[in-house]
Amino acid sequence: MSVIRLEQVSKHYVMGQHVIKAVDGIDLTIERNEYVVIIGSSGSGKSTMMNIIGCLDTPTSGRYLLNGRNVAGLNEGELADVRNQEIGFIFQSFNLLPRMTALGNVMQPLIYAGVPLADRRREAMRYLERVGLADRADHLPNQLSGGQRQRVAIARALVTGPSILLADEPTGNLDSQTTVEILALFDELHADGQTIVLVTHEPDVAAHGERVIRLRDGRIVEDVRNPPRGATG
Amino acid sequence: MSADATTGTNAPAAAGRGARAGIRRTRSPLWFAVTEGVRSALHSIRAHAFRSFLTALGIIIGVASVIAMVSIIQGLSFAIGQQFQGLGSNSITVAAYTPIEERLQGRIARLTPDDLDLISHRVDGIESITPVMTSGIGQVRYGGQTASAQILGTTYTFQDVAQYYTLSGRFLSDSDNDTRRRVAVIGETVRENLSLPADPVGEFVQINGEWLKIIGLLEPRGEILGNDLDNRVLLPFSTMQTLTGNRARPDIQIQLTVANRDEMESIVQRIERLLRNAHGLGPDDDDDFQIQTAEELRNTIDSILTNVTLVMGGIVGISLLVGGIGIMNIMLVSVTERTREIGICKAIGAKRHHILFQFLLEALVLCLIGGLVGLAIGYGIGALAASLIPGFPAAHTPLWAVALALGFSAVVGIVFGILPAAKAANLDPISSLRYE
Repeated sequence: MSVIRLEQVSKHYVMGQHVIKAVDGIDLTIERNEYVVIIGSSGSGKSTMMNIIGCLDTPTSGRYLLNGRNVAGLNEGELADVRNQEIGFIFQSFNLLPRMTALGNVMQPLIYAGVPLADRRREAMRYLERVGLADRADHLPNQLSGGQRQRVAIARALVTGPSILLADEPTGNLDSQTTVEILALFDELHADGQTIVLVTHEPDVAAHGERVIRLRDGRIVEDVRNPPRGATG
Repeated sequence: MSADATTGTNAPAAAGRGARAGIRRTRSPLWFAVTEGVRSALHSIRAHAFRSFLTALGIIIGVASVIAMVSIIQGLSFAIGQQFQGLGSNSITVAAYTPIEERLQGRIARLTPDDLDLISHRVDGIESITPVMTSGIGQVRYGGQTASAQILGTTYTFQDVAQYYTLSGRFLSDSDNDTRRRVAVIGETVRENLSLPADPVGEFVQINGEWLKIIGLLEPRGEILGNDLDNRVLLPFSTMQTLTGNRARPDIQIQLTVANRDEMESIVQRIERLLRNAHGLGPDDDDDFQIQTAEELRNTIDSILTNVTLVMGGIVGISLLVGGIGIMNIMLVSVTERTREIGICKAIGAKRHHILFQFLLEALVLCLIGGLVGLAIGYGIGALAASLIPGFPAAHTPLWAVALALGFSAVVGIVFGILPAAKAANLDPISSLRYE
């Protein structure tokens, strides 16, 4: 069963007399443990598609099956549950809660999942260790470097054990060295079996994916598989 | 390929997928939501400690003034209640009463010893009855010292009627009265003011040029409404008459107690009829005397104090309202300021009720903390004020005032927290995430 299956998904906005087709009839299937990069310039509809896949937004038409379940018709509360359980968000600007420690940030999704404090702490620590930040658990975001913040965000995204890791320009705010480290972490997670959908406009980043989907004007214009990375060098 | 099927060493991502079913979920979502909400509210209040303090200041001041005000008034009321208990709830005071118009015409109503005789002989059910003759404030001398005191002429039964008992020596006796003995019973304040020895019995004081022997010292009674009950000199009624000179018509008060409280009403009516008759009042004339029971007096004072409490409470209630609006303002600003955070929380799975609860509980907790701080400050102010004003009764904070203040704080928190909380909960996750 596919993790993500989009069938003729469209998102149209009406602005006065005009209809803006942010996403226009997309068909897409993503299998478990795929590492998919969605690439496109700004205005190509990749953000809207990202929001739809992340269940932050619902399509105006079409079906979206997440693990075989149609989420297009879910209400706000049900979508929140799906985001909590099935999606792990990673943002360009990290989006950590500024007044919470690294540990607190990683524990936050588990609060919404109704996990008691002791279990929350244990789970969150486990994922902080996974991203190599166990020793920074009680640091506030502003006491961490950009790369460390993004690692905390990755731990937070993973802590509920989501079906997909959804990363929106995860390296956009990072220097090239840190970018390499974060992308290496994605590679590891992928190797561990995590399904990853990464949105970017940088070809260098896109080269890490197994499969690259290029969007333009709300449509898929290209869907190619990268050769295995070892081969390209 | 299934994630669970991957067999990586040290693979928490895969392990997480497998272990997810194993993570314990809470059994009571409501309790969980409340505890998590309170935890998050406390965290947020601590994170913005100074702003939280300023926000709660309105509530702190409001509650502090309620508690200070109520505790002072209640202390006063409590003290008055105790004084009246001493007065006895079965006592009746009869005094002359002249309406202001009559007084302007130079007619002054008086009660005389004849009225006393009339009442004591013709009314049944009286336990004890005593005349009280007062000259107002008089000068008392002892050695080189002079002091002012209230001088009362009365009899043996005053002891029972007014619950005045001697600490040392004896009270006035019937024979003191019969033989117009030159004796006096004094209060503690008089003894102090005249620098009399601790046991002044046997010493002589001078009033109106007459020497009087002190035969007793009264138990201290304290003050009632600023009237020092210990600054008194009691003389036998007949001696008092002599001292005040041969005023043609002495004016007296008659104090009596009834044997059976149930007969209070009928005895009051009987006295009224007798006196109207004796004073030759026609059916259209008003009483030229006043009959007051301790109960009545107390009720009057109580109702005054209740009204004062209510009026002050109303004023202070407005200040709490203003405090509540302040909280709402800050919470609304806080929602705007934290729009992005709210978006993040929604993206990682917060539902509408999580956000609503978080902001509502933050307002509620803030108000309750403000209420508790205000309570402590108000209690302190009440106690301080009561101890700074000499002779003022100790402040008394009733439980209902505490409950009311905290309850009101909580209501303010909920009422003024609901709008910002609803605003936060209804934010759209996508646009909140984009909010700068």
